[in-house]
Amino acid sequence: MNRRDSIKALGLAAAGGALLLDSCNQANKAAKETATADGKLPGVTDTEHARNSRLAAEQFFTGHELATIAVLADIIIPADEISGSATQAGVPDFIEFMVKDIPSYQTPMRGGLKWLDVQSERRYGAVFVDCGKKEQLTLVDEIAYPQKAKPGMEPGVAFFSLMRNLTASGFFTSEIGVKDIGYVGNRPGVWDGVPQDVLKEHGFTDAWG
Amino acid sequence: MISYQIKESPEVYDAIVVGSGAGGGMTGYVLANAGLKVLMLEAGPFFDPAKDTMQLRWPWESPRRGAGTIRPFGDFDAAYGGWELDGEPYTRTAGTEFEWFRARMLGGRTNHWGRISLRMGPDDFKPKDGVTEAWPITYEEVKPYYDRVDRMIGIYGTVEGLPNEPDGIFLKPPKPRLNELYIKRGAQKAGVPVITGRGSVLTEALPGVEGRGTCFYCGQCGRACRVYGDFSSSSCLVIPAMKTGNLKVIDHAMVREVLTDNQGLASGVSYVNTQTLQEYTVRGKVVIVGASACESARLLLNSRSAAHPGGLGNSSGLVGRYLHDSTGASAGGFLPQLLDRKRYNEDGVGSVHIYSPWWLDNSKLNFPRGYHIEYGGGLHMPSYGFLDWVPGVNHLVPAKDGQQREQGGYGIGLKEDYRRFYGAAVGMAGRGTALARYDNYCEIDPSRVDKYGIPVLRFHYRWANEEVEQAKHMQETFREVLHEMGATVTSPMPGPETLYGLEAPGKIIHEGGTTRMGDDPRKSVLNKWCQSHDCRNLFVVDAGPFVQQGDKNLTWTILALSMRTAEYILEQRNKLNV
Repeated sequence: MNRRDSIKALGLAAAGGALLLDSCNQANKAAKETATADGKLPGVTDTEHARNSRLAAEQFFTGHELATIAVLADIIIPADEISGSATQAGVPDFIEFMVKDIPSYQTPMRGGLKWLDVQSERRYGAVFVDCGKKEQLTLVDEIAYPQKAKPGMEPGVAFFSLMRNLTASGFFTSEIGVKDIGYVGNRPGVWDGVPQDVLKEHGFTDAWG
Repeated sequence: MISYQIKESPEVYDAIVVGSGAGGGMTGYVLANAGLKVLMLEAGPFFDPAKDTMQLRWPWESPRRGAGTIRPFGDFDAAYGGWELDGEPYTRTAGTEFEWFRARMLGGRTNHWGRISLRMGPDDFKPKDGVTEAWPITYEEVKPYYDRVDRMIGIYGTVEGLPNEPDGIFLKPPKPRLNELYIKRGAQKAGVPVITGRGSVLTEALPGVEGRGTCFYCGQCGRACRVYGDFSSSSCLVIPAMKTGNLKVIDHAMVREVLTDNQGLASGVSYVNTQTLQEYTVRGKVVIVGASACESARLLLNSRSAAHPGGLGNSSGLVGRYLHDSTGASAGGFLPQLLDRKRYNEDGVGSVHIYSPWWLDNSKLNFPRGYHIEYGGGLHMPSYGFLDWVPGVNHLVPAKDGQQREQGGYGIGLKEDYRRFYGAAVGMAGRGTALARYDNYCEIDPSRVDKYGIPVLRFHYRWANEEVEQAKHMQETFREVLHEMGATVTSPMPGPETLYGLEAPGKIIHEGGTTRMGDDPRKSVLNKWCQSHDCRNLFVVDAGPFVQQGDKNLTWTILALSMRTAEYILEQRNKLNV
């Protein structure tokens, strides 16, 4: 089988430049149709699927905690001229799943959210989500920069770092985020080395270096 | 309730193969194609990459976005397994360490390997370092089998003429990615040669081979390939062998013991169905064990009889001894030259595009043998945690506006940093020769069984000075290469307290040596044909027979040796010796 046959075997139409890019979506559509009614993908084991379904059905965070996560997620990744915000990409739901999937995140997340509310109450007389944008950002400024955080703020720094990582993971692995970051692979094609203009830009004379 | 009645199969197979990975797959393929009636037993489920792959799925199709919570290499990785399996424990002697990776599925660990396909060289079979032991065979004896594996399975690479890095019969290689061009340039300045990778991916059609597609460059070999464009034992060996009508696969079959007759010859195996827990016995004229080095050792040690009181084929007492993995250590950083880089599809192939074969003279070093370096980086598909490093390093270079940033942050500026640093990372990992030592071994833990009631392994493995010095050398080399390529190093130089970042034994998943071959039955378990010295119709075809692996990843040698063993079995059958 040559490459054209490979691509046919993938259930794609003709193999050609622009068509090839389109065909990626078809490939995914075709693949999705083979998932079982309850959403199990081929290749996922029954045990794995049962675990995923069980975790999805459980609820860890309270409504208040999730609301706080949503505010923080959009502070970390707001909408801009290129793409939407963390909440638009479904980040709070992703974090809800991840703390059930990796239970060692549960206490740092729950405790960190509580720590934030206590700080907020002391300073502004209101929990974090009820504060104004200005107050929220003042507090975040004190925990978002590890090297300049004041003594006593370490628990907040550790929490914010975890929250930031989960938010970035959730955002940039979403459909919105993958498009934002400019990943253009995951489709059948031909790799013929670094494009000529890029080689030139980086001072390489030929594709083999 | 199930009754404890063992079901006996009336059929006597010409050969029973335990395990469906590289060694079992190749042996089954050769024997079935020669017309033998072969039974293959696999502990895990049947798996066909054409149907069961996660190839071309997007990160959001996994609820954990590909995180390694369930499968150690992430949700999309093809391997069902890991270093810990539910209900299948192993133990370690106090003060020692070993991590044992098992993939329970058709094709075994060939489902997720890096497809890096290196031949061991003349000096690997007959070492000149005065420390490591020689094999009973030479490179010249194995070369014809390597050549045939190249033609049969396919490998890309370039002819280099290096003395201990033998060339193969190569398909056209993939060109380097951008970060790899920087690596190549930097490594050469640091005196480290970089050559084209050698991987078992069909970058073009393989003459004479039907039913396999050509690579379409998604870079996802580790997810299993729908068109069989890379080597997996399932797609290239077992499934084609089944089509001969001579090979039968029973999956979910966990082999308990190799059975022997009054004369001490292998007569078959007993196994338990892992789904129903029904016990079975099957009979065969030859038993071939390819369950992976440690699992095969475990099986032999658990197969005790009057003729083989210390375990089958263990009169030497060496089954489980000389266990050795590869050494492994890594370092990374990012290339400021690649910040804000232009986007394009550089998925490439799922194996290595470039690597550094071992290049130094040991007489000037304080450790024997050596290591090769594999490199990583590029505009890869987003997955869980792939940008976690960015807030830790974004203060190290000025932002686009020329302003110095504080480490960390949030908001529009951080969002811009994530975009800016994406694709700028570079990583490198050394894979080196760990010494095969009598004192590193696995044995049966006398007090523990797995969920099937099969006694489990207890490991006893310690790194020694040679491996630690090698890891230190790797780390120093990595830093020179990173420096010469203009990278900002983000992993601090590890010190002696962490053995210079040397990974725990077992982590590299290259374990071998547990049923070593040799000419002297007192000093080896198998002869040079991988045939038991004690039991002439018993063979081992995984990495157990390796006397001493080089720094070359094992798979290509497992394939060459198991092909050789299978043909020896055919020859011995014709002479009525087995």
